[in-house]
Amino acid sequence: MTDDRQADIRRAIDAVWRIESARIIASVARLVHDVGIAEELAQDALIAALEQWPADGIPRNAGAWLTAAAKNRAIDYLRRGTLIDRKHEELAREMEGESTMPAPDDTAALEDDIGDDLLRLIFTACHPVLSPDARSALTLKLLGGLSTDEIARAYLTPEPTIAQRIVRAKRSLSDAKVPFEVPRASELPERLSSVLEVLYLIFNEGYSATAGDDWMRPALCEEALRVGRILAGLMPAASEVHGLVALMEIQASRAAARVKPDGEPVLLLEQNRALWDQLLIRRGLAALQRAEALGGALGPYALQAAIAACHARARIADDTDWARIAALYEQLAQITPSPVVELNRAVAVSMAFGPAAGLRIVDVLMREPALRQYHLLPSVRGDFLFKLQRHAEARAEFERAASLTRNERERKLLLDRAAACGP
Amino acid sequence: MRYMLLMIPKGYESAGPDVQPDAGRVAEMMRYNESLQRAGVLLAIDSLHPPSAGARLHFAGGKVRVVDGPFAAAKEVLGGYWLIQAKSRDEAIAWASRCPAGDDEVIEVRQVHEFGDFAPEVQAAAGAYFDMPEKR
Repeated sequence: MTDDRQADIRRAIDAVWRIESARIIASVARLVHDVGIAEELAQDALIAALEQWPADGIPRNAGAWLTAAAKNRAIDYLRRGTLIDRKHEELAREMEGESTMPAPDDTAALEDDIGDDLLRLIFTACHPVLSPDARSALTLKLLGGLSTDEIARAYLTPEPTIAQRIVRAKRSLSDAKVPFEVPRASELPERLSSVLEVLYLIFNEGYSATAGDDWMRPALCEEALRVGRILAGLMPAASEVHGLVALMEIQASRAAARVKPDGEPVLLLEQNRALWDQLLIRRGLAALQRAEALGGALGPYALQAAIAACHARARIADDTDWARIAALYEQLAQITPSPVVELNRAVAVSMAFGPAAGLRIVDVLMREPALRQYHLLPSVRGDFLFKLQRHAEARAEFERAASLTRNERERKLLLDRAAACGP
Repeated sequence: MRYMLLMIPKGYESAGPDVQPDAGRVAEMMRYNESLQRAGVLLAIDSLHPPSAGARLHFAGGKVRVVDGPFAAAKEVLGGYWLIQAKSRDEAIAWASRCPAGDDEVIEVRQVHEFGDFAPEVQAAAGAYFDMPEKR
């Protein structure tokens, strides 16, 4: 066999692995109750495939082949272990019966089982016992099928650091005896919010990529979206999952418009809306509709998605429904009170009802200690004052904002605005 | 990255305008479509009426000439497409190879241009062009 053909098969096997690995790891983890060991067993099956498939060709049902091979290794592992007892023997016998290919009629039932296993895998990888960094890396490795090298490139972090982070994460899960299960109803809200937080962290890591970054960084957005969509399929009744998917789809729709070719960021209201991806907007609006159709009060992700949707629906910036955005920020402030949300509400209120209304909210925020060093507060206040013709006060605020920002480009912009206020 | 999986069914070039797909085949194809959706990679999907119900426009010599289908010269025509998200061409091929396609069907895998694929000057040109209708 030529080297080229070898390389072709190797790449084809990598692609199969990328598609199948999460499902394989999930179904093996249900047997061995440890995601780290499950991943190793799945990797062993992959190595067997790498040995066998170049000679025999890639089987049409490659996923089933890999799953069966990994499960056989799980049986061996359970037999070998010091834990051999009647229960495992029984389990092993059961699985031997199982490892033949399922009859076509079983497909639906099999999919349900795999769905449950995948859900367990998502909740385990995003377990709050792990740090957010560890959760992100483990999620990308186990659910995204990304290699350690790809994750390292995406996070602009040396590969050994990521490798170690993943090893430690798997060990922490074992040490903490985290069960491989979907959390009980009483724990579910907290555990689900941990999962959603990880997906949004991964998404934002990719979204903050700048021109010239490795292409793996933007790929993080796609990965977060992909896992989010899987989760939405597995938990169709969870409104916030649809909310997060909606938020990510709509934000991703602006990717082409939010930076200029030279890398300079473009503010939302100044973006060229013709560059917004209408397909992603449609998908985002549909996901938001699913969240809303479930009834009940919207959660923080769905509310942020609803705000993003107001922008997405406006054909031009002037058409934006600011009154609705202000109302949505008010709802958001009620469930997740934060001075930053309040500042955003002030901007929306000023756009809807004039700068004086916005200024009243911002003046209250001036007493907020958390915002004392936050350059956007004086920057927003300066803007309101400028619009109210209070130029001297506006100038002072822009200058203060300029002294607080660490971004050179922003500082220049703010000083320009200060200068425009006159002496 | 996005890839389009273009379905090219042999014989569709001469199919009548009212041709109906086989129900059993559709059910089988739906299972495949669901598997793409469950995996979170399916972005869009459509199937097309046969070319006998369509038209082709020719632009030679600065004039538009409309020709109604079917098109005698066409040997291969589209029957539909899937738009999927994939990390690589290999992954797109791996998804396409799972399609329960028949002996007389071909799937062509093509990457979709994304804005970032274009050189900065092309991006700037597109940006400037699209900018205009925004200014009222």
